[in-house]
Amino acid sequence: MAEGGAAVTAATDVHGRGASDGRRLFEEWYAALTSAPERGEKAAYVFVMGSLVELLRCFDLHVVFPEINSLQTAVRKVADEYLNLAEDHGFSPDVCGYVKADYAVQVRSGEHPMGRIPPPDVAVLTNACSTYIKWAEIWERMYEAPIFTFDTPGSRVPVPLRRAGEPVETPDWASRLGGGFLDADSFEADRRYVEHQLRELIEVCERVTGIPFDIDRCREVLRLTNEMGRHWRRVLELNRQSPAPFDAMLEGTIYLGVANALRGTEEGALYFENLVEEMEARIADGLGPRGESDEHYRLVFVGVPCYPIFRRFYELFAEWGGTFVSSTYTWFASGGLNRDFEYDLEDPLGSLAEGLLLGVREATDSLMFPDRALIQSIDEYDVDGVVYHPVKSCRTVSTGLAASRRVILEERDVLALYIESDMMDKRVVSEAQLKNRIDAFFEGLRSREIRIAGSASASD
Amino acid sequence: MPYAAGVDVGSTQTKAIVVDASGAIAGRSLIDTGANVVVAAETAFQNSLRAGEIDPEAVAYVIGTGYGRYKVEFGDDQVTEIVCHARGAAEMFPETRTVLDMGGQDTKAIRIEPGGEVLDFCMNDKCAAGTGRFLQSAAAALGLELPELGPTALRGRRPVEISTTCTVFAESEVLSWLARGKAVEDILLGVHRSIGSRSFGLLRRVGIEDEITFTGGVARNEAMVKVMNEALGVPTNVSEESHFMGALGAALFALERAQLQEAPARRAVGEG
Repeated sequence: MAEGGAAVTAATDVHGRGASDGRRLFEEWYAALTSAPERGEKAAYVFVMGSLVELLRCFDLHVVFPEINSLQTAVRKVADEYLNLAEDHGFSPDVCGYVKADYAVQVRSGEHPMGRIPPPDVAVLTNACSTYIKWAEIWERMYEAPIFTFDTPGSRVPVPLRRAGEPVETPDWASRLGGGFLDADSFEADRRYVEHQLRELIEVCERVTGIPFDIDRCREVLRLTNEMGRHWRRVLELNRQSPAPFDAMLEGTIYLGVANALRGTEEGALYFENLVEEMEARIADGLGPRGESDEHYRLVFVGVPCYPIFRRFYELFAEWGGTFVSSTYTWFASGGLNRDFEYDLEDPLGSLAEGLLLGVREATDSLMFPDRALIQSIDEYDVDGVVYHPVKSCRTVSTGLAASRRVILEERDVLALYIESDMMDKRVVSEAQLKNRIDAFFEGLRSREIRIAGSASASD
Repeated sequence: MPYAAGVDVGSTQTKAIVVDASGAIAGRSLIDTGANVVVAAETAFQNSLRAGEIDPEAVAYVIGTGYGRYKVEFGDDQVTEIVCHARGAAEMFPETRTVLDMGGQDTKAIRIEPGGEVLDFCMNDKCAAGTGRFLQSAAAALGLELPELGPTALRGRRPVEISTTCTVFAESEVLSWLARGKAVEDILLGVHRSIGSRSFGLLRRVGIEDEITFTGGVARNEAMVKVMNEALGVPTNVSEESHFMGALGAALFALERAQLQEAPARRAVGEG
C-alpha cells in the first residue's frame, strides 16, 4: 500500500465491509504502483514469507509482492496468457506458476490486470523458500537492481522418527523461543546474525533511495504492525465461534492480502480493527460467510487455494454447508502476524530481526511440521474434517501433506480429504474430479453424523 | 414396499440395478455409455426393469451415481460412486474393510467401517494412468478384445517391465516391446503388473485392512485379480456382481431412502 492511501470506510454498516474495503485498498495499492515511476518513486520487490516491509517503508519504497501479482492473474482468469508466454521462453510446465507468471509480467513491461507493475529498484528475500533465490536471480539478470538475500537459520531441534501408531512428538516450535531452539543462547546468536544482515540492508536501502534511516520512523511502523497483528489474531480467534463468522479459505485469503500489503500502515491497522468489529457483529447477529449461517460442517484448509476457479472451489464446499473455520494459509503466509509476538519498540532493529527470524521459522515449520498446529486447531475450532490441497506447481507447500493427513487421521476422529490441483495453472484443474471427491468427502461426513446421532438416540 | 433402483453412469459403461424390498437384486442391465449420457441412463434403467419384469411405477426411489449421476434426470438423488461402491462391497462381503475399485477412468482405494461407511479414500489424479482405459489401449494395440486380455496375460511367464501407465503412451509402449520380439502374453502380464503396482500404491495410502474387496469392471479380468492377490498377499473378494457394485450400492441407498419416506406414514397409521 502506498503511503497516504484513502481512509477505511466509517463503521456504519459493518457487514461485508472487510471485503469491500479490502478490494478498494488493493485497487489503490495497485494504482499507486502503476503511477510510482511517473512520480520518481522507487519500488522494492519482496516475498510473503519474510517480507521486511516495515524496514522498506522507512525509505518510502513501494512494496511489490510478485506472489500476489501472480495469483491475481489466476483469480482474474488470465494466468494462462502469462504462463504460456513463460513456457514459450523455455520455462518447464513443472516450474512454479508464480515464478512463470511474474517472469511474463516483467517481459510484458509490468502489464498486469490490476495495473502496471514497476520494475524493482531493490529486491529483498529470505531463504524461507528455495525458489525465492532462483526467482530473484531472474530479476538480477533483467535489471540492475541490488538483490538482498537474508540467511535466516531454521529450526534445529531434531524431529524424532515416528512410526504409525506412535504419539506425535513434533518439536514445540510455537514456543516463545520459536523454531524449537535448543537454548536461549543459540537463539540469541541467530537473532544477532539476522540483525547484522538487517544493518547491511539499511545501507543498501540508503544507497538506493538516498534517504537516511530514521529509527523513530521505524519504531512507528513497527507499532502499526503490532496493532495490526493484535487485530488479525483476534479475527482468527473469533472463528472458533459456531457458526464461524467468516470462511478462512475464501475471505481469509482476501484479509491475508491486506495483511501483507498494508503492514505497518495506519490503513492496515484500521482495516483489521474494523474487521474485528465486523466479525463481532456477525457473531452477534448469528451470521456466517454466506449471510444467514448455513454452517453444517467445520473444516480446516491445508495448503494454497485453487485460484483459477477460486469462487467455484469455495462453492464446492459451501454447497454442502462446509465452512473453513481455519486455514494453514493464514499462518504461513501472514508474515508471522499469526503468532503471539510483538515488536519491542525500545529495540526496533533487534526486535525486527527477532520477528523476521521467528516469522520465517514459523512459516517453514508450519509447512514442514503442520501436525501439531493442525491438531491444536482441530481441538480449538471444533473441526469435523481437514481438507488437504497440495498443488502441482509448489512442492514447498505440498510436500509432506500426505504424511500429515495420515497422522491427523490417527490422532483425531475427523475425516480428511486429499485433493490436488494448482494455484495458477488451469490445465491441471479438473472441476469434475474435484467435485466427485469433495462430494464423497461430505457424504462420508454425513453418514458419520447419522451414525453418531443414531447411537446417541439409541443410548437415550 | 415395492422396488428401488441405482443407476451408475460410468465413463465407459452404464449399469442399472433394481432391488426388491429385501435388498435382493431383481433386475440388472449394462450398456455402453456412449455420447448421450441422459439416454444411456434411461436405457439402462428401462432395460433393468424389463430384465426383472418390473413395472416402472413400482420403483419408489432411484439414485444416480458415477460421473454422469446428475444426468440421471428421472432419479431422486445422487450419491458418488465412491460411497456407492463401498456400500455395495459391504453388502456382498460384510467383513470388507478395504475396497479396490478399478473402472474405465478411475481407480479408487476406499477404507470402510463395518456396514460400508467410508473412512478414507484415494483416487488416481487427473489422468487415467493405471486404470481400465490403459488395458483398453493395450488391447487395441495388440488387436485383442477386452475379454481376451486376462486369459492371455495368465499365460505369460516372463513379464516385461512396463515403465509407464500413461494411457496415451500405452500403445507406443506395447508396440516397442513387440518390436523387440517379446511375446504378447509376456507384454500383457507386464501391463497388468504395472497397473497392479500403481493400484497397490493407492491402497497403501488409505491403509490396507483385511478383508479386501475388488470391484469395478476390471475385477472381471482374472489376470488383474491374480496380480492384485499376489501384491496384497491375500485373496481379494470378487463378486459375480463386481461390475455392478456401484449401481448396487446406489440401489441399496435408494431402498433406505424409500423406507424412510414410508416410515412416517406407517407411524401415522399406528397412531390413528
